[in-house]
Amino acid sequence: MISAAGFAAQFTELMLAVLLAPVLTGWVNQCRAWLQNKSAPGLLQPYRVLAKLFRKEVVLAHNASPLFRFAPYLIFGCLALAAAIVPTLGTDLPLNAAADAIALVGLLALARLFIALAGMDIGTAFGSLGARREMLVGFLAEPALLMVLFTASLISGSSSLATIVETLAHRELVIHPSLAFAGVAFTMVSLAENARIPVDNPATHLELTMIHEAMVLEYSGRHLAMIEWAASLKLFVYSCVGLALFFPWGIAEGGDWLGIVLALPVLLVKLALGGAGLALIETVSAKMRIFRAPEFLGTAFLLAVLAMLVHVLLEH
Amino acid sequence: MLLHYGPQLVNLLAAILLLLAFAMLSQRRILSLINLFAAQGFVLFLSTMLVAWLTGQNHLYGSAALTLALKVIALPWILHRLIRRLEVKWDVETLLNIPSVMLVGIVLVILAFNLALPISQLAGTVTRSTLGIALACVLLSFLMMITRSKAVPQVIGFLAMENGLFFAATSAVYGMPMVVEFGVALDVLVGALILGIFLFQIRERFDSVDTRHLEKLKEQ
Repeated sequence: MISAAGFAAQFTELMLAVLLAPVLTGWVNQCRAWLQNKSAPGLLQPYRVLAKLFRKEVVLAHNASPLFRFAPYLIFGCLALAAAIVPTLGTDLPLNAAADAIALVGLLALARLFIALAGMDIGTAFGSLGARREMLVGFLAEPALLMVLFTASLISGSSSLATIVETLAHRELVIHPSLAFAGVAFTMVSLAENARIPVDNPATHLELTMIHEAMVLEYSGRHLAMIEWAASLKLFVYSCVGLALFFPWGIAEGGDWLGIVLALPVLLVKLALGGAGLALIETVSAKMRIFRAPEFLGTAFLLAVLAMLVHVLLEH
Repeated sequence: MLLHYGPQLVNLLAAILLLLAFAMLSQRRILSLINLFAAQGFVLFLSTMLVAWLTGQNHLYGSAALTLALKVIALPWILHRLIRRLEVKWDVETLLNIPSVMLVGIVLVILAFNLALPISQLAGTVTRSTLGIALACVLLSFLMMITRSKAVPQVIGFLAMENGLFFAATSAVYGMPMVVEFGVALDVLVGALILGIFLFQIRERFDSVDTRHLEKLKEQ
């Protein structure tokens, strides 16, 4: 039975994710520009881009199938649902009973599948090139992400993200060395999944290097706006999963309203710090060759496996 | 408060030690390798200090100081000088396929954990669960020595192995007697110096510090 308070908390959290996601992207871009001695675009620049794209006319290729037009909404829907599963303010979320961490990975995989299909739909060279690269990165990143989530599940004895947060933040503080490994692995996976610098460059349109941008080259107008918004949401979801697993302090337990209100500024501070950290990583590291990506993600997977091993050895 | 989290902190430092061992295993650049080695020494110093404070074993403070002086300051300095003089500072080594080396590393870690489990149940120390990690560090350093072809990373692998052994001694029996520790420290220091001279000889002979040249030493 879904309580009214639970429903309200769930709705607040979803709205917050959808509205805050472009700001997070803007913040990361701003930090990156500052670190690189450039004059930064405003914090709300992603909103302006979205508004502009929504007003623009959609240009479709003649041979575009319905899938091509339908995919942006589906991708956005998947990521919005994923954002609703992750506890950001409180742990009393009705959707959390329906979907656990494994379902979250499934939702992200569904979004990836459709963006890759849409990339190949028109039949241009760049689209299929981007789709292939995306699948290469994806099939290596997914097991690593699952292993990270399994480590956290082993610690808390449940694969539900809400239970994980409750165990880590509201029980007696225990230092988990395995989470150190899992944290490094998760950072590597999120860099790859969000098309960030060591693997992909979000600011490039150079055909030799791009992955994400190559797939969405054919999109325009409101479709492109949905895709861009979904990309921001993806960054937001990954940031929030990272915060929930490794820095869960501040997230309210259950559905008490005072805790949820207090959790909001804590969340904003954590996201701001995380975004600045991401900008720092992107500034100090160089883009890898695409053929180094399997090595990078293989390392992430092995670190996640090590996290499980360390958990078995040290924390029993 | 800190006493309660002490053993957990030791576990965390042990995990970081293992993480650094893997980082060294996958590192291509010699300069970063030396920095990682220094970082490993520093983590070792911290964990020894912590164990000393937790258990009140005063002689461990001496070992910690020795670790700091030797492994964080002296040996990295010697190695930095060495690679500068050898002009291999920016050398990039082509390794075996890194993921497969890492996979072998994982297998070694599982082996070490399994081996250490019955031994650590015999030990009565607060740090006994880290014995598996210490053993894994030793085996990973071995693996690094085997998979590298250049001489300097092999030397670093040898030194990292000593780090692992030292950590094993701390975690199983709260460290060795001071005399033994001084002896080992001196051995490592002298070993590094001798290997340095040896490297110059290799380079003089073959114009490179790639040890694969040594295999061709027989007369044609």
